[in-house]
Amino acid sequence: MTLIDETAPAVIHSPQAKNEPAAATSISIAGALNAALRDALAEDPNVVVFGEDVGPLGGVFRITDALNAEFGENRVWDSPLAESGIVGTAIGMAMYGLRPVIEMQFDAFAYPAFEQITSHLAKMRNRTKGRVTLPIVIRIPYAGGIGGVEHHSDSSEAYYTHTPGLTVVTPSNPADAYSMLREAIRSDDPVIFLEPKSRYWAKDTVSLPVETPPMNRAVVLREGTDVTLLAYGPTVKTALHAAELGAAEGLSIEVVDLRSLSPFDDETVGASVRKTSRAAIMHEAAQFGGYGAEVAARVTERQFFHLAAPVLRITGFDIPFPSPKLEEHYLPTAERVLAALDTWEW
Amino acid sequence: MARSFGRLGPSVATLPRTIARALAVPEHCFMSDDVVVPPLPTTKPIRLIAETGRAVKGAQTAGFAMPSVETLLGLYRQMVLARRFDAQVTALTRQGRLATYPSALGQEACEIAAVASLAPNDWLFPTYRDTIALLTRGVSPVEILSFFRGDWHTGFDPHAHHISPQSTPLATQALHAVGLATAAKLKHDDVVALTFLGDGSTSEGDAHEAFNFASVWQSPTVFVIQNNQYAISVPFSKQSHARTLADRAIGYGMPGYFVDGNDVAAMYAVITAAVERARSGGGPTMIEGLTYRMEAHTNSDDPTRYREKGEVAEWQGRDPVDRLEKYLTAAGALTDDVRGSIAADAEVLAAATRGAMNETPVLDPLELFDHVYSAERPALLEQRAFLAHELAQTEQTLTEMAGRA
Ligand SMILES: Cc1ncc(C[n+]2csc(CCOP(=O)(O)OP(=O)(O)O)c2C)c(N)n1
Ligand SMILES: [Mg+2]
Repeated sequence: MTLIDETAPAVIHSPQAKNEPAAATSISIAGALNAALRDALAEDPNVVVFGEDVGPLGGVFRITDALNAEFGENRVWDSPLAESGIVGTAIGMAMYGLRPVIEMQFDAFAYPAFEQITSHLAKMRNRTKGRVTLPIVIRIPYAGGIGGVEHHSDSSEAYYTHTPGLTVVTPSNPADAYSMLREAIRSDDPVIFLEPKSRYWAKDTVSLPVETPPMNRAVVLREGTDVTLLAYGPTVKTALHAAELGAAEGLSIEVVDLRSLSPFDDETVGASVRKTSRAAIMHEAAQFGGYGAEVAARVTERQFFHLAAPVLRITGFDIPFPSPKLEEHYLPTAERVLAALDTWEW
Repeated sequence: MARSFGRLGPSVATLPRTIARALAVPEHCFMSDDVVVPPLPTTKPIRLIAETGRAVKGAQTAGFAMPSVETLLGLYRQMVLARRFDAQVTALTRQGRLATYPSALGQEACEIAAVASLAPNDWLFPTYRDTIALLTRGVSPVEILSFFRGDWHTGFDPHAHHISPQSTPLATQALHAVGLATAAKLKHDDVVALTFLGDGSTSEGDAHEAFNFASVWQSPTVFVIQNNQYAISVPFSKQSHARTLADRAIGYGMPGYFVDGNDVAAMYAVITAAVERARSGGGPTMIEGLTYRMEAHTNSDDPTRYREKGEVAEWQGRDPVDRLEKYLTAAGALTDDVRGSIAADAEVLAAATRGAMNETPVLDPLELFDHVYSAERPALLEQRAFLAHELAQTEQTLTEMAGRA
């Protein structure tokens, strides 16, 4: 990065005015994230994007495609290859008024940054009694399903949700991807923004800019009366598929997309569970000590007298994420959801 | 008089004592006069064979002697086999037989020289890039490629070959190399560990820690940094502002060498010397081989987004195999017969690789639960039984469907 970039194009980037959205187009999650970054960069000169390969290449998943050319080296650039360095310098930048949006290339490659995230990013506000805030977004492509070799498919959400001070969100569709990323960038707290990489290319018809419900809220994607099926990120599609299969067997499954892992939307989930009196939570991550354990405990504590059955978890096995040829046996499927629901007494 | 640090061994002399006194820093913080300061690496890469194929004379050899023609012929053979293998694997990956393959095309001189410098008991700590090093060390194509095909994370027995699993988390393996070499030293075994690093990976904190630990512990470790000038799309200029990566060595108190990584003679001479130094108690060495990644980062990368075709063509002209071929031909060692027989061996290897990769591997999903802990765990056995039941049901459904059809 050069400090003064005279080559940066002097173009004014105006986001679509809110009252006149562009015509609805078919857009992928990847495309929506790219659009969100573009609009955020255009709207706020303090937003900067940096990380590994996010410059001319546009990121290995092309989420930052064309942004380097459009906004120049002082807004979007390739950093040296060091995750701890990326998060650590982002912290310093945020202390001086920038709003860094940084990318970890893959879930497991964020681990070198763990100390910066847990010891500094998450704690700064608390340590300084709110005098220093860190409006940083860490984008992390996560989870499996793309046939990636080892270290490319981890579901690392529980490490972050277990860290007080972090907001952890994960979109499951293009509209949310856009809206939630814009909101995350505007947030004054650090946000771990988990992107379900197997869903990057999933398309929807959306007119941008789009505003979906606040990112701290869960959303009922499909109404049902018998079971509340909680899912997020990569498992939402599977949950909806399970609801289809269930319906064919006469089982009415309500699918809730959590969207926000931390905070957890007790209100939306609670209302659904009180209606259905049964709940199950899905994730790709291993089960033991996973995010589902928190959800099960929480729902049980708060809705115990409304529950007709114990809360179930449909998750990955308690093993390291498998090699590409074996991942299909690991990932939770719609059939596994139905089999799990069958274990309840009805 | 500053005291010597005794068994911690010599390190780089730091500030001159006059400055130390002026700064009022306690004298024991400084090294003794008899400490040997490693010389700064040369700015021109050490080279023994010029691009023309002629032997280099004078300063650019840095005093390293040309390996024998016999040695070079052996290296040539290994480089040709490795290149054919690499091309075959790239082709198989394009055909969808493998999940991914990071090619080392153009980097054969670094890869083969490093492996050839090691004794059987020495250990190699490779990255995802260094597949041809595994091949050259004797791992079978199937055992190597089952990782890239997606069967399992590591397809060979590290202890059988003294090769650690190919490491993807960047620079992490360098610390393992230092640890293993230190353990061997503590046990009085004359084992050396050699680790490969990419230029980009030297930006990671683990790389720094590995260099420093190795030097402080005087661990018999050799760091071979293959500076292929890119970390995926990021050029070296965005990775380091130093003259060379080898320059860093002096700050760690170890010798550093900046070498023409496309000159196998130079790489072999420098690495062999470093391995022998390590073996004889002389501590670690950092070697930077300046080379070029001719292929894309992996099959899923698109290099047209970040580098000019002209640059690739330029490096094509510095090809490590061509250069050695010219030298050996001029030396009369590489006759048409010899060349032909090596090429034929390469084709046999390629055919065997194709054959092996065209077979569908038989994998047992239940093995997923087998190697997580040393002892069985009831909770995991439950999950295993669950999958076994699911697989049996699927099997039954398929049989029933086949029966109906
Ligand atoms: C800790 C970590 N961060 C990011 C990555 C993703 N990644 C894989 S290879 C690579 C580039 C490495 O470049 P270099 O070290 O020069 O080695 P080369 O691939 O050129 O051989 C990156 C960023 C990773 N594997 N590990
Ligand atoms: Mg490189």
